[in-house]
Amino acid sequence: MKILVAVKRVIDYNVKIRVKADHSDVDLTNVKMAMNPFCEIAVEEAVRLKEKGVATEVVAVTVGPKAAQEQLRTALALGADRAIHIETDERAESLAVAKLLAKVVEEEQPGLVVLGKQAIDTDNNQTGQMLAALTGLPQGTFASEVAVDGDKVNVTREIDGGLQTIALTLPAIVTTDLRLNEPRYAKLPDIMKAKKKPLDVKTPADYGVEVASKVSLVKVESPAERKGGVKVASVDELIDKLKNEAKVL
Amino acid sequence: MSILVLADLHEGQLAGATAHVVAAAKAIGGDIDVLVAGEGVQAAAAAAAKLDGVSKVRVADNAVYAHQLAEPMGALLVELADGYTHVLASASTTGKNVLPRLAALKDVSQLSDVLGVESADTFLRPIYAGNAIATVKSDDTLKVITIRTTGFDAVSDGGSATIEAVDTVVENSQSSFVKEELAASDRPELGGAKVVISGGRGMGNGENFKLLDGIADKLGAAIGASRAAVDAGFVPNDMQVGQTGKIVAPELYIAVGISGAIQHLAGMKDSKVIVAINKDDEAPIFQVADYGLVGDLFEILPELESKL
Repeated sequence: MKILVAVKRVIDYNVKIRVKADHSDVDLTNVKMAMNPFCEIAVEEAVRLKEKGVATEVVAVTVGPKAAQEQLRTALALGADRAIHIETDERAESLAVAKLLAKVVEEEQPGLVVLGKQAIDTDNNQTGQMLAALTGLPQGTFASEVAVDGDKVNVTREIDGGLQTIALTLPAIVTTDLRLNEPRYAKLPDIMKAKKKPLDVKTPADYGVEVASKVSLVKVESPAERKGGVKVASVDELIDKLKNEAKVL
Repeated sequence: MSILVLADLHEGQLAGATAHVVAAAKAIGGDIDVLVAGEGVQAAAAAAAKLDGVSKVRVADNAVYAHQLAEPMGALLVELADGYTHVLASASTTGKNVLPRLAALKDVSQLSDVLGVESADTFLRPIYAGNAIATVKSDDTLKVITIRTTGFDAVSDGGSATIEAVDTVVENSQSSFVKEELAASDRPELGGAKVVISGGRGMGNGENFKLLDGIADKLGAAIGASRAAVDAGFVPNDMQVGQTGKIVAPELYIAVGISGAIQHLAGMKDSKVIVAINKDDEAPIFQVADYGLVGDLFEILPELESKL
């Protein structure tokens, strides 16, 4: 079985973001970029399925600017066999990305597609579900466990209030939640080897997909700052303040 | 304008989130219908009909909608969405699971986690873990939106909408329900609780989370956790408060042994009053806390419990 794994280049999760002075967007100039953490979990899951003998090939794909090839090389260093870069400098939103991925699914015919449940820049949590709808394949979102069993996959999902397990026919789309696995770090020899692995470059036009969206960004602002309050010296003082000052007890 | 709200269910009953989503629909303006889809959901439909501002409740009561699996729910919404200008759901794990499917099948974008309405086509939503708020305008003919419930005060009861059965039954041979393990708890639901007490890595282990129980009992609080505590395996993920977990905005939030990573703050910084208990007086959590208490949580928690 072939596994397609989608990755996204985003701001490093440790970076504190700044809003541009003209409020047009978030300032990403000279900011450290990295693979979206949920995508790292997706790559790890795909590679583990290959190590277990469930998958025979892992193909990584991304949609983004030229620099996004760094994240594909990371995926290759972590164990993906080859990569597809759909290059665009436009702001590709979930729907456009899902349409492009649907074309790749049509071409590659994977048995399983694994994506992160959300990217930590736009926090949309949409692409996997949209891809499932467009390809007509079943979806297992927010996965904390993925068990392939013949022509089915059981996905345990993190839902409000607990866990839900569903069975999906293959091929299927899975999106990853935090506890699915702990991603490994790439080893130096693997990073060197990754440079020689095949990486195809395509454009949205190759797939006949229009990237532009009907949603426009009007402005971006910093949220209202919350001011720190006071330190209290004891439990008694805390209870007193909560009762008499904040009036929440 | 006419708006369809997908009702959230919790164990077959109407979840509190729906009253917040109806409030968001009222802020947009227009006729508001609520869709209750599931199996054995007549009671939930009756509850939805009482929500203020709802004109019609549409009930799809069929085994294929049991557990609100994504594939049949998406297909049902595609059938019903015609004639509406907006389809809304809460940004719960169900809303997030289903609404992007409707959007994709209608070839429109979806807006996630909307926490403010400027007009019928312009909305506010958090990006970068809530460290920036984007104003976005949608020119799509159908607007498909998930609502961050903490952004809208729930509508009250007092309505008397008509209830109408939906006969649409879709096929689903691709996905099936296997099992559910829901945390059995008498405590309020994390998303809707008036008081939340959360533990972080400073709790040391899962066993020590019991120290929060007595306080939660006395305050009628829900118990949450930071991602660090979840990652460390102390507690299950459904307790996680933060960018990748639950977003809460209670009257009182008590953070215990939580340093205050950006990702955690994203989930609780709209709480009315924040209390932080931490042994490190430099912890970033103190920068957002109204009341900070520096000290050993293993001494403070028992004392707090006994004195409340």
